[in-house]
Amino acid sequence: MSNRIHSLYIDPGKCDGRMACLRVCPTEAIRVRGGKARILEDRCIDCGECITTCPSNAIVPLTDSFTDFSKFQHVVAIPSPVLYGQFSDIVLPDHILSALRKIGFDDVGDVAQACELVSMAIEEFWAQYQGPRPVISAFCPTIVRLIQVRFTDLSELLLPIESPMEIAAREVKLKKSKELGLSQSRIGAIYVTPCPAKMVAIRRHPRKKKSFLDGAVSIADVYGPLLSAMSDQEAVIEGREMRKVSGIGLGWPILGGVIKSLKLKNCLAVSGLSEVIRIFEEIEKGKLRDVEFIECRTCPAGCIGGSLTVENPYVARSKIVKLLEIFGEQPQQNTDYIKKLYRAKYFLLDEKLQLRPVRPLAEDVSQAIQLMKQKQGIYEGLPKIDCGACGSPNCMAFAEDVVRKEAKLTDCIFVLLERQSASSGGSGQSAEHGGEKADDSQGRRRETRFKGKNSF
Amino acid sequence: MRCPMASETSFQQEFAIEGGDFNNAGRASSRLRNILKQIGISPLVIRRVSTASYEAEMNVVLYARRGTLSFMVTPEKITIVVEDEGQGIADIGLAMQEGYSTASREIREMGFGAGMGLPNIKKNADELEISSEVGLGTTVRFSVKI
Ligand SMILES: Nc1ncnc2c1ncn2[C@@H]1O[C@H](COP(=O)(O)OP(=O)(O)OP(=O)(O)O)[C@@H](O)[C@H]1O
Ligand code: SF4
Ligand SMILES: [Mg+2]
Repeated sequence: MSNRIHSLYIDPGKCDGRMACLRVCPTEAIRVRGGKARILEDRCIDCGECITTCPSNAIVPLTDSFTDFSKFQHVVAIPSPVLYGQFSDIVLPDHILSALRKIGFDDVGDVAQACELVSMAIEEFWAQYQGPRPVISAFCPTIVRLIQVRFTDLSELLLPIESPMEIAAREVKLKKSKELGLSQSRIGAIYVTPCPAKMVAIRRHPRKKKSFLDGAVSIADVYGPLLSAMSDQEAVIEGREMRKVSGIGLGWPILGGVIKSLKLKNCLAVSGLSEVIRIFEEIEKGKLRDVEFIECRTCPAGCIGGSLTVENPYVARSKIVKLLEIFGEQPQQNTDYIKKLYRAKYFLLDEKLQLRPVRPLAEDVSQAIQLMKQKQGIYEGLPKIDCGACGSPNCMAFAEDVVRKEAKLTDCIFVLLERQSASSGGSGQSAEHGGEKADDSQGRRRETRFKGKNSF
Repeated sequence: MRCPMASETSFQQEFAIEGGDFNNAGRASSRLRNILKQIGISPLVIRRVSTASYEAEMNVVLYARRGTLSFMVTPEKITIVVEDEGQGIADIGLAMQEGYSTASREIREMGFGAGMGLPNIKKNADELEISSEVGLGTTVRFSVKI
């Protein structure tokens, strides 16, 4: 079994094998076997598509519960700036941060400032960068996973700069341990997350031994408590937390917020998993080499649309835009200080991303070639309608599952019927020897009008 | 339709390429890439094969009516044959030169036509053979050792 940590849990009690998740999974990581869905760990990229699609609400995100934090002496909430766009217009970040204290956190840290620090660090990085283009932002953990499992060739394009949530946690821990005379391990930094993917990136940092964060709670989980904490009229200590915040960092949760904060000339912001996949395919072909930087996000509107948020993403967006007006776009961080930190590798992620490409059909190439032939043979005998009734997402994936011995050929109802009619004297052709021509892995097109004269 | 010459341990397949079909341009190469990944070919070899096959495929999209990309994988090497029905190449030696291109302005505006495609195939392949007949078509055959 894989030792992967996952953000999802499929409740077998609630799953009634309705297959909806099977189709939406962008990495074909779900199978339905014995009437229950399950996740192929090494393929899952924690995008959460299945959570939103499941008609039985059987797939749930795993976040820490409040009570897990008792082992820390001082617990600091580090909310994603997405949180600032979740409440009514008159609620300013300061109100929200002080409400977090009221609901039980000992302290709060702000990620928007860290976003500004990180955007300056990217500028520093870019000034010296000579490597291949386009550089791909690595702040959305699902995008990083997508590269790990499906676009391994693009891994060298990933920005080697730490994410703002990590920088914020690191800053807070440094500061608080000095202030309180506590060892850093006694300080718990808890991210308030818009999505399960960040959660997983905290439990297992993709490019470091350990995250600076110690856990996460979802925005949805703290939303109610925060609302009631804000409604009791206690005065907010104005301006205490947000002195050094500007619109530069506050804009990061919106799609395009990252590239807007950079002074690069040729950048793209791409969102939605299928669009990101299309762009990655272009890059794989060697295109877009003139683009400097690509901001990639799984959620179409940006992190304000994360699956663990409460407010409608478009409403949240307009609230954040208002905050940008209030806070202005003047940089608030000290450039010389950042340069020094950058030179000291404070922001650098120098560990290589561990790739987790598709498992080959066999370790040995000759054997893999044989299995590939078998797989193609099986596929040719299938009806190619991608019905999913076998529990695999499409006929090609099913053929592969059979070859990998993860499914039986007779799990395909059509093969089963053919076999039955054949054994009862019918003239059904056996599936393995079906005579159709190999084609599209999706089974969408039938070729070919023109046939090559060539043979090997 | 298996070729009697193919060794027992080989896998081969063929994909169609449509001239002028920019929506699907590059699909044959990317399917080939996926298959090579499943066979467990090393990333470096996959990269060489797919760079070269993409260039050959794009030339069919750009300069021919239609064609096919066929490939054969054995434990020793990957052989790719891209052949087309199209205008053909009059002077292959000239076409092989870096920077030589007959691409129209529109094609250049789409980001092609640097005259680097064939040279790039040569760079990435261990063996390369091109034959062509003007007015009939072109066959580009190359292989990469595993
Ligand atoms: N399959 C083909 N059919 C007809 N002509 C071709 C074919 N392949 C290449 N050529 C000719 O050879 C020239 C050089 O091809 P090459 O692939 O090296 O460069 P290009 O396609 O012009 O530009 P690039 O590949 O850099 O986008 C082309 O401009 C074209 O005139
Ligand atoms: S884009 Fe969505 S999945 Fe990605 S980090 Fe933001 S909220 Fe999480
Ligand atoms: Mg070319």
